[in-house]
Amino acid sequence: MSPFSRRKFMKGGAVTAVGLAGLAAADRIARRHGLIPPDGGTLYGPGETLTYAAQRMIGSHALAREFPRGMISKMPFMNEVAPHTDEFKRHQTAGFRDWRVVVDGMVEHPLSLSIADLQALAKRSQITEVVCEEGWSYVAEWMGTPLSAVLQEAGTLPQVRYIVYYAMEKDGWDSMDMADALHPQTFLTWGMNDGDLPVGFGGPLRMRLPRQLGYKSVKYVMRLTATDSMKKFGQGLGCAAAEGGYAWYAGI
Amino acid sequence: MVRVTHWLTVVAFLALAITGYLIVLSHPRFYWGETGNVNMKPLFSFHVPSSRDTVPTGYGYVLPDENGWSRYLHFEAAWLLVLTGIVYGVAGFWSGHFRRDLLPRHGERSWQNWWQALRGVRHRDDGTVAYNIVQRTVYLGVIFVLFPAVIWTGLALSPGFNAAFPFFVDVLGGRQSARTLHFFISDVLVVFLIVHVVMIALAGFWSRTLAMITGRAGSAKEVNG
Repeated sequence: MSPFSRRKFMKGGAVTAVGLAGLAAADRIARRHGLIPPDGGTLYGPGETLTYAAQRMIGSHALAREFPRGMISKMPFMNEVAPHTDEFKRHQTAGFRDWRVVVDGMVEHPLSLSIADLQALAKRSQITEVVCEEGWSYVAEWMGTPLSAVLQEAGTLPQVRYIVYYAMEKDGWDSMDMADALHPQTFLTWGMNDGDLPVGFGGPLRMRLPRQLGYKSVKYVMRLTATDSMKKFGQGLGCAAAEGGYAWYAGI
Repeated sequence: MVRVTHWLTVVAFLALAITGYLIVLSHPRFYWGETGNVNMKPLFSFHVPSSRDTVPTGYGYVLPDENGWSRYLHFEAAWLLVLTGIVYGVAGFWSGHFRRDLLPRHGERSWQNWWQALRGVRHRDDGTVAYNIVQRTVYLGVIFVLFPAVIWTGLALSPGFNAAFPFFVDVLGGRQSARTLHFFISDVLVVFLIVHVVMIALAGFWSRTLAMITGRAGSAKEVNG
């Protein structure tokens, strides 16, 4: 029998049609439940969407692994950072007393908080691993204020879907969905291993999302913006990293 | 179904292998345990240039960064591999493909048979295209041991997945152990691919490849791939 028979052709066509209809239905359901990431429309969007949707469906509230104190890395790796601006150096000389993180966008009460204000709001600690997309990792204790406490203070509006966060440098910005923003381990981090957060590790203030790769944990955070859509930010891909070719969702 | 899934797997595997090695170039050092970085002693490292200037390689230059698209493509191809694998697995059990074509046949399960197959002594009662015992064992190992293991160790590298299923990484002895194992298992699969293609070349590359595309055994009476 010829492998290209009409019967096989019809069967293949039917399978393809069912598959396409299934895909269209899946796409509609994913959109309704907010399971399409901001960079879901790119060449690698299907893989990115499957990963993001799967992880949100199976473990939206799962906690990153925490480690015993004895596993804290003796020699954590200080990733290189861009040279600091004069403005940053002025803050550094002043001991970061005037460092503020601004909370704006779709919130009832826009805020401007110093490190001391954050510490007065809430203090938590966790011993979690920093995992770089390159392959290396280390474990440290992180002290900070849960982002959820800050968002509660600011009163995010019900339609908010993403929190955009900005570093001091011009191109340092990223965003996270509300599952991560309200996650108990997502910290605005100001302390590390029983001391202030060193500048080399992102001090005075670093966003930490232990369920995602290190590059989502943006250093030198100065501003948070609550929004219902990422379309208006940059190229609409959700973060500066995605504009540089890296995935917005870094839970993998 | 076997043929369609075979070629989808080829596409996915080639994409995974190429991007996997490109990702390794950003940190060509391997560790054992939970953590590992350039401040720690590696289990072993490769004397190759790196795509990051933070890695001490001894080379005076840094390769271009290919991790962005490599990682995107690696995970997209991983989904293709997993979904194809599920279809192949279900269809393979359903149709009897595993039992009929891959499980070593009753009369063949002896060391003597193994030895003969390895030495190239072929005796086939039906005289045509069935796989010998070595082929059957290797294919079963690749399908039911190596591919599941490479997917397992790969998932154990995902911080989001590990949060939901910490068992996956803990049982391997930590994140860096999982990464090292993922690398080794991938290497074994690449060696399998090379041997597989060499065997096909020995059996007649185009006739065998065409047979895998069209499903016709063609003029060749033996399957060595």
